[in-house]
Order: sequence, then structure tokens, then C-alpha cells
Amino acid sequence: MDKTVNQKAWFMLIPVLVLVGFSAVIPLMTVVNYSVQDTFGQNVFFWAGTAWFEQILHSPRFWSALGRNLIFSGLILAIEVPLGIFVALNMPKRGIGVPFCLVFMALPLLVPWNVVGTIWQIFGRSDIGLLGWAVDAIGIDYNYVSDPVDAWITLIVMDVWHWTSLVVLLCYAALVSIPDAFYQAARIDGASRWSVFRYIQLPKIQHVLLIAVLLRFMDSFMIYTEPFVVTGGGPGNSTTVLSIDLVKMALGQFDLGPAAAMSLIYFLIILALSWVFYTVMTNHEARQ
Amino acid sequence: MARIDLDHIRHTYTASPKSEADYALKEVDHSWHDGGAYALLGPSGCGKTTLLNIISGLVTASEGRILFDGKDVTRLSPQERNIAQVFQFPVIYDTMTVFDNLAFPLRNRTMPEADVKRRVDEILAMIDLGDRAHRKARGLTADQKQKISLGRGLVRSDVAAILFDEPLTVIDPHMKWMLRTQLKQLHRQFGHTMVYVTHDQTEALTFADTVVVMYDGEIVQIGTPEELFARPKHTFVGYFIGSPGMNVVPVTLDGGTAHVDGEAIALPAPPRERPQAKTELGVRPEFVRLTRDGMPFSIDTVEDLGRHRIVRGHLGAHAIAAVVPENETIPAEPRVTFDPAGINLYADSWRMELEG
Amino acid sequence: MLELERVTKIVGSQTHIHETDLAFETGTLNVLLGPTLSGKTSLMRLMAGLDRPTSGTVRFDGKDVTGLPVQKRSVAMVYQQFINYPAMTVYENIASPLRLAGADKATLDREVREAAELMRLTPFLDRTPLTLSGGQQQRTALARALIKKASLVLLDEPLVNLDYKLREELRAELPRIFSESGAIFVYATTEPSEALLLGGNTATLSEGRVTQYGPTVDVFRRPRDLLTARTFADPPLNTIDVVKRGDRFRIDEAVDLPVPERLRSAADGSYTVAFQPNHLALAPQTPEAVGLKAKVSVTEITGSETYVHLDFADVRWVMLAPGIHVLEIGETVEVYVDPRHTMLFASDGEAVRPGERLAA
Repeated sequence: MDKTVNQKAWFMLIPVLVLVGFSAVIPLMTVVNYSVQDTFGQNVFFWAGTAWFEQILHSPRFWSALGRNLIFSGLILAIEVPLGIFVALNMPKRGIGVPFCLVFMALPLLVPWNVVGTIWQIFGRSDIGLLGWAVDAIGIDYNYVSDPVDAWITLIVMDVWHWTSLVVLLCYAALVSIPDAFYQAARIDGASRWSVFRYIQLPKIQHVLLIAVLLRFMDSFMIYTEPFVVTGGGPGNSTTVLSIDLVKMALGQFDLGPAAAMSLIYFLIILALSWVFYTVMTNHEARQ
Repeated sequence: MARIDLDHIRHTYTASPKSEADYALKEVDHSWHDGGAYALLGPSGCGKTTLLNIISGLVTASEGRILFDGKDVTRLSPQERNIAQVFQFPVIYDTMTVFDNLAFPLRNRTMPEADVKRRVDEILAMIDLGDRAHRKARGLTADQKQKISLGRGLVRSDVAAILFDEPLTVIDPHMKWMLRTQLKQLHRQFGHTMVYVTHDQTEALTFADTVVVMYDGEIVQIGTPEELFARPKHTFVGYFIGSPGMNVVPVTLDGGTAHVDGEAIALPAPPRERPQAKTELGVRPEFVRLTRDGMPFSIDTVEDLGRHRIVRGHLGAHAIAAVVPENETIPAEPRVTFDPAGINLYADSWRMELEG
Repeated sequence: MLELERVTKIVGSQTHIHETDLAFETGTLNVLLGPTLSGKTSLMRLMAGLDRPTSGTVRFDGKDVTGLPVQKRSVAMVYQQFINYPAMTVYENIASPLRLAGADKATLDREVREAAELMRLTPFLDRTPLTLSGGQQQRTALARALIKKASLVLLDEPLVNLDYKLREELRAELPRIFSESGAIFVYATTEPSEALLLGGNTATLSEGRVTQYGPTVDVFRRPRDLLTARTFADPPLNTIDVVKRGDRFRIDEAVDLPVPERLRSAADGSYTVAFQPNHLALAPQTPEAVGLKAKVSVTEITGSETYVHLDFADVRWVMLAPGIHVLEIGETVEVYVDPRHTMLFASDGEAVRPGERLAA
């Protein structure tokens, strides 16, 4: 619809544009600047062209970190989305249970990242942590500091604990907006529990599900704090994801050029994957 | 198909009802015969939807029993009662095709696919959506969606009853006529027990053989459309049925004559009892005649509705509406008389029997 | 006066409003009558300034207001849904347009109470809208639209979500309320009977076109074309295709009808004869009326009248007969078309009324 137009409204955007300029565009440009130059300190720069990009793209260290990122995101999506839907389906729709459940669900979301890491870091320790001690006590040899598999399990369980609630809350909001008549009609039509989910609930939550998947993917792909706090990227390099590697390179080794090139590649990967996700899912919807 | 017995049904939505007023549905004790077409008619909040949901099993009555063909189904789910229900707003399965929507209740009951196809094709022809059968239901207009909902209600031939909850609310006037007559034809053809909830008198009267008028959680009258029109048992029925509703004028009685503001109105017969209560005379606008002689009448407005005119005016202090057919003229200085055939008397709003 | 001059509205590849000319006088009630999606709401949005027409001009009191946004026009709107501020009392709801306009306290109070009295809301002024019935909620919305004293008040099917009886009551009050206000009222509805009850002028709409505009009863009695007649008929209009030869309408090999006196001078050829359900009867209305044999399909009894659905040749007719008639389904009955009220339409749909100038 072309509404009656008032061009003056554009001026209202100025504050936002200034803010975005300072907070995003300028830093990003600085990174671009670093990525094509070499420096030996004292603010002296030499043109390096695409050398850093080539170096990063040919380094096995980058590809294995990227692989860890993809596996991590894939695993937590595969767990959090079905689990989130399942929990949302089983939450009460009305009554005194509702506010209780909502607060309970929202709690993990309120905990800051590094605190989550610290909590689990202690929780999982076999000497003073309840979880670590309990798992050890039932005879499983569990140690996230020395065993890569245990380290991964810890990170994934921690992320699931922290973020499944987000999927739950989004799905729950969509579920409660379905009018009762739909459930009543389905009961009368003799629909099974699965049919009700497949033909009423799933179609109604698929919009928010798309948003949930996107949010969780982007967020998990950029994960940093939790592995940093809990495992520090170890044991070995087994939990060194891109962001951790990036920090090691930029701040640990002070390789500003390669780090800048890597962060740009990282940024472009996230952008591209999000775009693919979004198009695939919206196309799927349009086809219906 | 089934006879439905409502055995001393009462319902309340409050946990511990203290008085009669806490009941959304006051005592209902009736038997509805197999294959009947019933309409529950009343304003919103009168309890008609509650009663419908009690019959379908979506609501379990707080008190009383409900029987289908003598079998107690009070505690059974809608599915176990084997009923079909159509809701006010379209309920469709978005991701399914039109065909699959209609086939859904049949497939859920594992009907052989050949029979499903035959039955669904019949319904598709009836609701005139055959050309869209294999399109997704999502993109359709509201009245097409509602036709699918209706179709899903009608697709099973073995149901005990088909219940309709204001099903034509979202339908355009022309389509309403078509769908209503189709429902009526189907009723004749298959003889399902049908219960139809509505606040629209035209829908109720034209659809049903028996109309149940409800008001404030109570059934005020059950009767044929003709009875409700000619002999409303309560002034509410007189008001609610007919458009405009019945004129109600307070009167004093003197044998076979009623007096209003000093004017005498001859009654068809004197009432059987002498009421102590507030007495009123009810006469429908269709029985009010504008003539050259009669009681004094002042006209306020004349509304031309094409096939007739509604004349609104006053007899003394009392507002009176009259219906004048298209081909009749309104006298220049009209006076008013009431056709005795259309006169009813009310004591405390309930109709009095006349002698003879 | 509100004028639409060669206004169109095209969205993407779809034409919502075909070229339309309309003029509404100040102080009139104008009904837009048409089925869902016929363009009533699109037209109202153009009148209000919520949308800009693709082409054409909108004038108010002679002034071009085509591009002027709705905030700068004197417009009030009432919708199907009962739209009020849920957290405010009825009093505050009604007062809100005046508060925005910065009216002084005494004027505001007086006007709110006047509007409340007019809409019979006085006892509910201290309550919040959601505690009221649907009818009272919609009265509150109406009062708010009226108190704004806008020069143009648009009502988009305002009664459709109300109970039948409430609708009837409000409908009866509306013409009085409208006549007291002096604004231009535009009222959209899908129901022909509602247009007739409201009176005033009616514009019939069909698929984005205004097919006729004029005094309501005129449009109803003397439709300019078949489309208008169909739009303005509830129950649906009865029609039959005929060939006129001299003073006979031939329906098929076996059946023909005499042409009513007033239609005799029309040229021979193919026509569509149309008549309202109440102009079909079980007994001749005039000596001129001729019986036709039709098959009963369904009967519906309304209490005082009977709708009889009939199959005649290959068309479906509806007869509205006074009194109760119990007719067997499939029974063949003799029915009579009232020759005084038959309408004639040429094959292109134009009404044919020999010896009469068509209303412009």
C-alpha cells in the first residue's frame, strides 16, 4: 500500500544512523583496514593485499576451528529445538502453574554468559562440584579438563541448560495464541495427539521456530565466553572454536593482520549461513 | 443419528455456586427426538453455546445427565459421543489441501481410502469447491474456509448429531441463503439430528422445525416457528422474534375488553384467570392496522424497506410499530386498530390463556 | 461535500478500485453496499486519506486533499471490531479526541455528557469498555467518533459483530443520530436490508466498481443494471432469460408469458426478466398475472411468512409468501410473477424501462 507520504520522517532516523555509525560501521572499517596491511608496531603499516586472507584460508588450524563451530551449532540446534518444542507443548496453558513455569523458564536466560561458565566450571569438577562428584561416584570416569569428549559434553549440556528456555518461551507464546476451537474441532474430528501437533500446532509455531533457529544458530556460532571460562579451548585444541582462536591470535600472538582477516571471514560466514537458513526456511513456507 | 435426552442438566462455571444466578445454564430437562432440526436462539450470554457444548461433550455439565438413544454419555468425550460440530469461525488445517481437510475425520477413523474419496467428492460438489480440491486450504477466503468447516461437519454419515455454533457469521448474505437451504436439504436427505445455535432469528426460524428460545440461562419457550410468532409465551420471545419485535402495551382488563389510556380494545376472548399482576397486551407490528377509524395514532417515522414499510409512532405515550405491505397506502390521518387474531395478554411477562 | 474524481486504486497487478466518480453532500448518510471484497473498505481508506489513490483527485469542500494524510483531515472512523482504550473509563474514551484537541474542561465535560446521553451511555461513564456488552462498547466507539465533530465519519460494517437484536436497535437509532450531527456519513455494509433501514443514499459496489449511486429506495426499486439489482437483493434476485417477440416473453419451447403493458414497447430480442421474491406468489396478484409451474425444493418458515425455494426450468427461484405454507418437496406448484414489479434487463445487463428516463 502506498500511504500518503511525509518525507520529513526520515530526519527521525538521524540519531540511530549516528549510533550505528559509531558502534558498527567505524569499527568494522578499522578491521577491514588491518586485514589488508602488515604492521610491526609504532603505527607503521605496509600494504599486504590479500596475503592474510590466503594465509587464513590455507591454514588447517582455521578449518578445524570452523569445523568445531559447525559441529557445536549443529548439535545444540538438534537438541534445543525438539526439546524446546517438547517442553513448550507440556507447559500448562492456564491456571496458577503458568506464571511459575514462565519464571522458572526465564531464569537461565537472566544469568550472564561468564557466570554460566563459572557455575558449570565448578559444578562439573570432580573434587568440589556436585555434578562431577556424582558422575564419578556412579562409576563413570568424567573429567572435562583432560578428556575432550567430556569437555564437549559439558559445553553442550551447559548451552542446552542456558538456551533451551528461549526456544520454549517463543514456542509457548505461539502455542497459547491458538484458539480453543482448533483443539475442540480436532478432538471431534478424532485426531490423534500426533495429528494435532503435526497439523495444528506445528503450522502455527513455524514462524517463531524460524526465528528461534536463526537466533540460536547465530548465537551458538559466535560462542566464546563459555569455552573460554570452562575449558579455555582445551584439552589440547579440542574446544578451540573460531572466536577463541581469534582472540588467541589477536591478543595472545598480536598478529593483528591475520586476526583481522580471520574475523572478516568469520563475519562473512555467519552472514552467509544466516542468509541461507533464512531463505531456505522462508521459501519452504512460501511453497506451502 | 440419535434421540438426545437432557436429564435435569444444570451448569455453572464457578466452583461453588451459591445462588441460581451463578448458573450459566439453569435447569434444562427435555427430550429431543431423533432426526429433528433444532435451533437454540437467544442473545449472547444466554447460555446457548454452553448448552451446545454440553451436548457435544466439550463441556461436562455440573449437574444432570445427558443420554444419546438412552445411553448415558455424560462423561464421554466428543470423540466417543460420535458427534460433529461446526464452529463460528473457520477451523481449517492450513497445511492440508481442501480434500485432505475434508478427508481428515474419515481417515482418523480408518475408513478405506476408496470410500473416503467417494464421500469427500460428494461433499466437495455440495460446497462447490471441487475445482480447488487439491489446493492448500491456507490461501482461501473466509467464506470458502467456513465452507470447508461445514463440509468437515457433514462428511461423516454415521454421526449421532451435527452441532452448529453460529456457522454463518462470516458468510456474505447471498451465500448464507445458499448454504442454509443446502443444510436443510441435507437434513431431509440424511435425517441427522441437527442442533443449530444462533442469535439470528431468521436463521433459527428458517432452519429449524423446533426453536428453543433462551434468555439468561433459561429456556423460555420451545416451539415451532409459527407458535413462536403467533403465541409468544413470554414478552421476551415476542421482542426477540420478529423484526421489529412485538409491541407491548400496559393495559387494565375488564372482561373481554382491555383499556389503554382510556381507549378500549376488544379481545378475542376474556382471559381464563383474573391476574393480580402487571398486565400487558402484546401485538405484533404485522397485526397493527393503520385505518381511518380506531384509536388515535401519531406517526414518528416511516422506513421503506422495499417489500414493506415500518411505521413507528405513538398511541398515547406508548411506542407502536406497524408493518404496512408494499401495495397498501398509509391513510393521511391514520388511526390504529389491532387485529384480534394477533392479540396476546401477559401477566408479569408470561402469556395468559384466553377462554375458549 | 466530498468528491471523488476519476479515482482509481491499483496495488501490484490488482485493481482494487476501478475509475470512480462519487460526490457526497454535507449532512447526508451514504451507504456503500456490496459483498466482501467488493471494494468498500478500499474506497473508505481512500476517502479517509489512509491510502493515496493511484490516480484521480479527492476533494473536500472544493479543496484538493488527495495527498493529505489522515491526521490533517477532519475524519473519524468506526470499525467492525470494537476499538476503545481498554484501560480508560467510558468517559475518558469519549473525551479523548477533545483532550487531544485541547478543549477546556467545562466544554469537554458538557460535550462528553451530551454524546453519552445521545448514545445511552450515561449510566456506564465510570466503567471500562471491556466490562460492557458488545453493543455498549460499539456505542462508546461511536460516541468517540461523533464528539470529534469530524466533517467525515466513516463506519465500516460497525454492527456486524453485534447480536441481531442489538443491531436492529442501534440501526433504528443511527439515522436520528446522523441527522443531528451534520457531517457526511459513509456506512459500509454487506446487507441490503441494512441499507434500506438506514435510508439516505446508496452506492452499490461490485468488484471494485460503483455500479449505481442514488437515494437508497430508488436504487433498490429502479436499479440501472442487473449487477446492481443482484447486489441489492436479499434473498437473492429471481431471474429468467427470455426472448421477447411482440407481446410474449418466450422462456422455452413450451412456456411463454405475456409482456406486461409497460414493457411492451421494448424492442424484440433476448432479455433477462428479474423480480424480487415477494413479487412471486401462489395466487395471481392482478388479473394480468400468469401462472408458471415450478417444483418446490425447500421451504423455510419464518413464523409469519414462508420462503419457498423453487426450481423453474434450470434456475432457482425464491418466493416469499405471506402466511404459513406447508408444501411437499418435489411438488409442482403454480406460481405467479407480479407484472407490476417485473424488471427487464438487456443482454448487456442494462435495465430497460421504455417510456422512462433512466436515473443518471
